[in-house]
Amino acid sequence: MKRFRRLFEKFIEGILLSSSTITSLTVILIVLFLFREGLGIFNRSPLEHNFIIAVSKQNPVQDLSSDQLKAIFNQDITNWSQVGGKNDSIILFTVNDITNYFTEEELGASLEYLPQKLNEFIVSHPGALMHISDKNLPSDFQGHTIHVKNISVKDFLFGKQWYPTSEPIPSFGIWPMIIGTFLVTLGALLIALPLGLATALFLAEVADIRLRNIVKPLVELLAGIPSVVYGFFGLIVIVPMVQSTFKLDVGETVLAGSLVLGIMALPTIVTIAEDALRTTPRSLKEASLALGATRWQTLRRVTIPYAKSGISAAIILGIGRAIGETMAVLMVTGNASNVPHSFLVPARTLPATIAAELGEAPYGGLHFKALFALGIVLFLFTIMINLTVAYVRNKERK
Amino acid sequence: MTRKQLSQYIAFSSFTIISLVVVGILFVILGFIIVRGASVISWEFITGMPEEGMTKGGILPAIVGTGCLILGSMIFAFPVGVLSGIYMNEYLSDNWFRRFIDFMTNNLAGVPSIVFGLFGMALFVNYLGFGDSIIAGSMTLGLLTLPVIIRTTEEALKSVDDSLRTGSLALGATKLQTIRKVVLPVAFPNIITGLILSIGRVSGETAPILFTVAAYFLPNLPHSIYDQVMALPYHLYVLATSGTNMEESRPMAYGTAFVLIVIVLLMNLLANFLRKALGKRVKM
Amino acid sequence: MIQAEAKNVNFYYGDFHALKDISMTFEPSSVTALIGPSGCGKSTFLRLFNRMNELIGNTRLEGLVTVDGKNIYDKDVQVDEIRKRIGMVFQKPNPFPKSIFENVAYGLRVNGINKKSILDEVVESSLKKAALWEEVKDNLKKSAMALSGGQQQRLCIARALAVEPHLLLMDEPASALDPISTAKVEDLIFELKKQYTIIIVTHNLQQAGRISDYTGFFYLGSLIEHDKTQKMFLNPADERTQSYITGRFG
Repeated sequence: MKRFRRLFEKFIEGILLSSSTITSLTVILIVLFLFREGLGIFNRSPLEHNFIIAVSKQNPVQDLSSDQLKAIFNQDITNWSQVGGKNDSIILFTVNDITNYFTEEELGASLEYLPQKLNEFIVSHPGALMHISDKNLPSDFQGHTIHVKNISVKDFLFGKQWYPTSEPIPSFGIWPMIIGTFLVTLGALLIALPLGLATALFLAEVADIRLRNIVKPLVELLAGIPSVVYGFFGLIVIVPMVQSTFKLDVGETVLAGSLVLGIMALPTIVTIAEDALRTTPRSLKEASLALGATRWQTLRRVTIPYAKSGISAAIILGIGRAIGETMAVLMVTGNASNVPHSFLVPARTLPATIAAELGEAPYGGLHFKALFALGIVLFLFTIMINLTVAYVRNKERK
Repeated sequence: MTRKQLSQYIAFSSFTIISLVVVGILFVILGFIIVRGASVISWEFITGMPEEGMTKGGILPAIVGTGCLILGSMIFAFPVGVLSGIYMNEYLSDNWFRRFIDFMTNNLAGVPSIVFGLFGMALFVNYLGFGDSIIAGSMTLGLLTLPVIIRTTEEALKSVDDSLRTGSLALGATKLQTIRKVVLPVAFPNIITGLILSIGRVSGETAPILFTVAAYFLPNLPHSIYDQVMALPYHLYVLATSGTNMEESRPMAYGTAFVLIVIVLLMNLLANFLRKALGKRVKM
Repeated sequence: MIQAEAKNVNFYYGDFHALKDISMTFEPSSVTALIGPSGCGKSTFLRLFNRMNELIGNTRLEGLVTVDGKNIYDKDVQVDEIRKRIGMVFQKPNPFPKSIFENVAYGLRVNGINKKSILDEVVESSLKKAALWEEVKDNLKKSAMALSGGQQQRLCIARALAVEPHLLLMDEPASALDPISTAKVEDLIFELKKQYTIIIVTHNLQQAGRISDYTGFFYLGSLIEHDKTQKMFLNPADERTQSYITGRFG
């Protein structure tokens, strides 16, 4: 009997242990799946799967960068000499051009003659540049494929253009989103910090217990309101307000996002900062008061310095909350993909981009992978935030 | 008034005014939604299907969908969260393993909800092949809310006086018996409170369900856990930003926001009530 | 002459009647020990003299408390001005997490005195009065938290002396200290009574006997007996005092 009980206890302990590993496991799985999908965007050609760029065998050009290709397709570059080739004008040939050059009879009912026709085309046009699916290439292809330079991490992070669906070469630069996220968060902090810290100070040191018991639950309630409701409120109330106050064409701006986010970050900052202020021992405050300091002097000289690291943690967690917030921001910032240069223009943030575009990105495609790569960036931000908080709190313990 | 008293007066007055502003903001938001939403609420709105491009009718499928998601996520997250909270507080001493799990739990709590959406889509929808379904959405939401439940469980257990544990152990009870018969009953009200508050949170999350379960519009209620559902927060998002006729569907949006707010308020009230009611029972 | 006085004082925490009709006077340059079992109200009584009880909400005071002839609970009295004139030393040493120098200078700084020469002078004289100067004079910049418990308590006394109080309140100042540190603090109190009026709450009867001129015995919120220490320890008037002093309850 006793033995059975001991076994039973061990068994239960095992169940408890395995439950407690689930959070760690989830974090690891999140990392795994984000990277599995997201890293797919790097170190591969920016062309969609199966597509290639081909030129005539006589053409000496071996590789092109995405920017050069884009310029060629926009007809900013029209001569091969501009990209290191012979002095010959570039003749663009894409899938859409097939029917311009060949009739349906020539291609056959199920395009069975297409490969042969492509061969003829590349031979007869030495200056041609073909953007075509490799499935359509004949086995005895008379041209050679051009190597398009891979998307680098640098292009991804600092690229200023985000045109994930443009043909033939999409652009995946997330710089506008990084700046957008930064601006919206900064604005939110400028709003939430003074309000949040003042409220925390009020709750911890000014309000009597009765008032505190009313105000604190209300602030916590503010945390419970779903972000989509904040977004809705922002869309109906704050966006028009911003628009009319600053006489803008559109009210969906960084400022509108900051206002909504600022309100949303308040409860985090208030609760954590207030908890931190409460950790200051009563005996220290009494010692200060007994020396003739006013409550405000005590707060400034004893309580706040003592709670400094806790207050910093509150601020950092508030930033984390603001960076990761999706829906409310998606609904009020206008989601323009330009780099925002002020608080009064539309912008888009990292999370809002994922939310807005993942539904339309074909599964497994470049766009899809790029959005997961955005997820990686966002995730790394969070880890950084948490490490900072852990560091600040650790320092406090010492 | 001396200078130092004057500066205290100014500082404390401004803190008070700012706090009132913060509370005021809350009332403006709640008041706005409640006033505009209440007039939309009717029996048909709660129990009817959306009609005429979601400009008329009700939001029953969204309510049912959110209900399914709450139930599904809690079935998963509540036991796992409470069990791991118990393990972390009662079994683990302050060693590297404990700190590691703590750190990971904090990390999970800080992961943005949209990243949960990505993750849920990659793992549950695609890799495990559940497709857009209640089970995929529930698991995603469950993982999202897990850290909250773990933390509240831990807090609840921490507030149990250590003398109760040593007392029970001294009487020859095993660790497990002590936890089951002494610690848990005392901590129970606070654990339940945490559960209810996390229900409030789950009901309002949008980003994690965007790509794992939520449907724009469904004419039917779900039949199995592999069905897609509509959900209140996503429905509000759709009505507010991408409905076919945004001006005409505005009343529906107010009504949906109202229902969401009411759920959150109810959960808060219920949590407070239970904390008090169950707290009394334990004291006796 | 009377330095401080309580007249018919009643004090309530909510519904709890913590002090019952207490009247007591304190002469200048004397040490009065307040003794009695835990929860008898002696600490509450002590904290009436610098209005520390106000920090807890929901309390009520009846009666008169005067220091230097002035009612300190008068409406026109600023509480921080009162506290400046009355020093307090707490049960556990509670230095601020600042340097030794800044701890002692704190009371001056919050009262608007920031001149370096004055601060230097007051810090030195206060630390000397608290018999700590020789031990710390080379380390004034060091954190106060690095001092030993006994040193910390003497630092807290120096901190209280720096604002030149008329009255010094001590709430079991030696209860958290080891015997050697306790002896040092007691010597210090003996020294200090030449200049200050001291009211000290203590659990330690021998201590009360050693250092005090007068003793007040509190029991269940009432002042049972108040007399010269010698008289009270040798020949108490009340039976309850007798029982407490001989250790029958406590």
